[in-house]
Amino acid sequence: MKSKVKTYLTQTTSAAPLAVFRIGFGLMMLYGIVRYWLKGWIDTVYIQPKFHFKYYGFEWVKTLGDYTYLLFLICGLSAFLVAIGYKYRLAIITFFLSFTYIELMEKTTYLNHYYFISILSFLMIFLPAEKYFSVDGYRNKIQYKNIPKWTTDSIKLLIGIVYFYAGLAKLNSDWLFKAQPLKTWLPSKYDIPFIGESLMHQNWFHYAMSWSGMFYDLLIPFFLLYRKTRVVAFFFVVFFHVFTRVLFPIGMFPFVMIVSALIFFDADLHNKIIDSIRKLLGGFSAKAIETKAVYRPKNRKLVLSILALFFTLQLLIPFRYLLYPNELFWTEEGYRFSWRVMLMEKMGYANFKIVNGETGQFFYVDNQDFLTPLQEKQMSFQPDFILEYAHYLGDHFKSQGHKNVEVYVESYAALNGRLSIPFIDKTVNLYAEKESFKPKHWILPFNDDIKGL
Amino acid sequence: MIKRIFGVVIVVLVVLACTESDDTGSGNTTNDTFDRVAMLTNIADNIIIPAYQDLDADLNTLVASKNAFITEVNQANLETLRTDWFTAYKTFQAVQMFQIGKAEELFYKDRMNVYPTNTTLIENNISTGNYVLSNASNNAAVGFPAVDYMLYGVANDDVAILNVYTNANYINYLSDVIDEMQSLTNSVLTDWTTNYRNSFVVNTANVASGSVNKLLNAYVFYYEKELRAQKIGIPAGVFSTTPQPLLVEAVYKEDNSKELVLEALNTVQDVFNGKAYNSSNEGESYKTYLVALNRNDLVEVINARLDVARQKVQALNSNLKSQVETDNTKMTEAYDALQMVVVSLKSDMLSALNVSYVVDPNDNDGD
Repeated sequence: MKSKVKTYLTQTTSAAPLAVFRIGFGLMMLYGIVRYWLKGWIDTVYIQPKFHFKYYGFEWVKTLGDYTYLLFLICGLSAFLVAIGYKYRLAIITFFLSFTYIELMEKTTYLNHYYFISILSFLMIFLPAEKYFSVDGYRNKIQYKNIPKWTTDSIKLLIGIVYFYAGLAKLNSDWLFKAQPLKTWLPSKYDIPFIGESLMHQNWFHYAMSWSGMFYDLLIPFFLLYRKTRVVAFFFVVFFHVFTRVLFPIGMFPFVMIVSALIFFDADLHNKIIDSIRKLLGGFSAKAIETKAVYRPKNRKLVLSILALFFTLQLLIPFRYLLYPNELFWTEEGYRFSWRVMLMEKMGYANFKIVNGETGQFFYVDNQDFLTPLQEKQMSFQPDFILEYAHYLGDHFKSQGHKNVEVYVESYAALNGRLSIPFIDKTVNLYAEKESFKPKHWILPFNDDIKGL
Repeated sequence: MIKRIFGVVIVVLVVLACTESDDTGSGNTTNDTFDRVAMLTNIADNIIIPAYQDLDADLNTLVASKNAFITEVNQANLETLRTDWFTAYKTFQAVQMFQIGKAEELFYKDRMNVYPTNTTLIENNISTGNYVLSNASNNAAVGFPAVDYMLYGVANDDVAILNVYTNANYINYLSDVIDEMQSLTNSVLTDWTTNYRNSFVVNTANVASGSVNKLLNAYVFYYEKELRAQKIGIPAGVFSTTPQPLLVEAVYKEDNSKELVLEALNTVQDVFNGKAYNSSNEGESYKTYLVALNRNDLVEVINARLDVARQKVQALNSNLKSQVETDNTKMTEAYDALQMVVVSLKSDMLSALNVSYVVDPNDNDGD
């Protein structure tokens, strides 16, 4: 076993796939930043709100006001430098830090694929993605044809985890036996050409989509790994993501996954891609560059230990929900960072009550006074948002001179086509509750059973 | 070859998944796709347009009785004018929620029913005689609440009120405000009948500008902010530290402000059930839409909660101002009952119909 691992770690592979991945990743991220900017979301998400929801442990992350644009500029620029491979290590570290900082500024916009990009860019810090076909190589007049196999494999493993865990998360009774939430979502896509009026409301179609989605997620990493099935699998990748792009507003995610899946292909394809980029660039490679056979990382041991720790965490974090007693979809304790994508149609309504603990006098809060519509929507059904907002309200009214401030919430939530039921215990003063990793005892029971992982 | 085999395997798996799903289904079969054009047509032709026509007629009557009053200021003409004003105000409750199309463009409800009305602004307009009623800055000095003030609140008793109208400035302002209400309503109605109706009923795209979305958003917004909060919640003081009896609708007439709430609530339920404005016929609406999505459970809950809310409102003193002043608990109970409907509309119905309530400005992977 040990020798097998040792042999594996000495194996090498072409540097071309990782170089192409670097270029694709950098360009997509650049496009993603520009897109976000042009849609005006920097303003509406990061600058306009009076109050920002923060991840537990990252409350110190401050929003930057108008400097947020500068942060996006840095992020976009570093993505471009990653693409061309100029001062790669510095560029990818800058990208990782700036992108992650952006995400940490506001929890409301949490998306699995933003998290994916964050950890992928972290992983890329340790990979020799600039050793082939890069400006760095051109400037140093040296490039390497081959790199250790584990470097490209680590990206495949991460992509594999994303798919496979997304598939595992679909092994639940709502998804498989009630076809929820697709049964709620698909009929509203009635205005899609051709299939809108014919398929989207069909019961069998909801089940077909649910089950094939589950099989797709569980199996696609293996079909991509296996050479003989790779082309067909890639065809499925394209079809699946384009189709979901048509159905749902999932932004960059489909393209990120399609381009990322190219890493599974052999070097032939990547060399062809590099050749065509070379042709596009014209005289770029005119200067003679020394090409060495194999690049061997200097801090191999350190890097391998970091990656081992990284992947151990990646494998474990999605299962942390097992440490919590109640229904995951209801409490959302351990829900994020686990590749649970498109699993819930959850809507809530939260009405906050500010009480003077001594006199019992109270009044209700108009959420619109404090939150953007997007924030209010996300807050209404996620307990950690509700708690954080309750504290914000408590602090706000305390600073306004209100005495003995207690904050209560009357809230309801509806999950996957069930009627809404009371969500948070309205007798608990949330202002006195602290955020922690412990189970939140003030979430009311779900009174139903969603079986499965 | 092997490539093909695996291709076939995947296809088979997908097909298997489909057939298997039919066996494991919970028995819920969604019916044929819901006819949204029929729903929009029913709501437009049998609810919205007849309501506007009724209001238009009421306002024509109001203009006539106002003309009679300003020609001859006397108690009898004042009484007629007051009656016609309140009749129109009740009818207005049936259209306020349709803040779409021309109404949205003209800021119709903001120019018809902003209360509390700003008496200082009104008196200032009257004394200077220098005003543009269509100006947004005058929204709190026009519409039904301004007329409320001018017919009931401008002086202490009827003798004094009639005396006020010996001043031509008051006559002019009253006349201008009522004429403005009539002409505004008429332009909204005309737009519906000549133009908007036809584009409205076919614009079924599930986008922010689609008719289903706009109508539903206006409906839920109206119910939550204008019916539940403004008519009951704010006067009952649920958003403030103390009750605010002076913030009820029709505060100067005061003796029958409850009727306006009941009218509004009835319209909300009628629209939900697709019940025609002029008859008891029911057509396609949110109710049948939810039924088509197998959400009969939700239909029952919503109607039951609306019924409870109506009972709670009916239990109130017909004078909401004095209800707040004497026994505010009943008001907050009514508020709580109205609130339960918001829960059903916002967290259940919007979710079930999957129409975004706010224009979702962001990517979403449904996590």
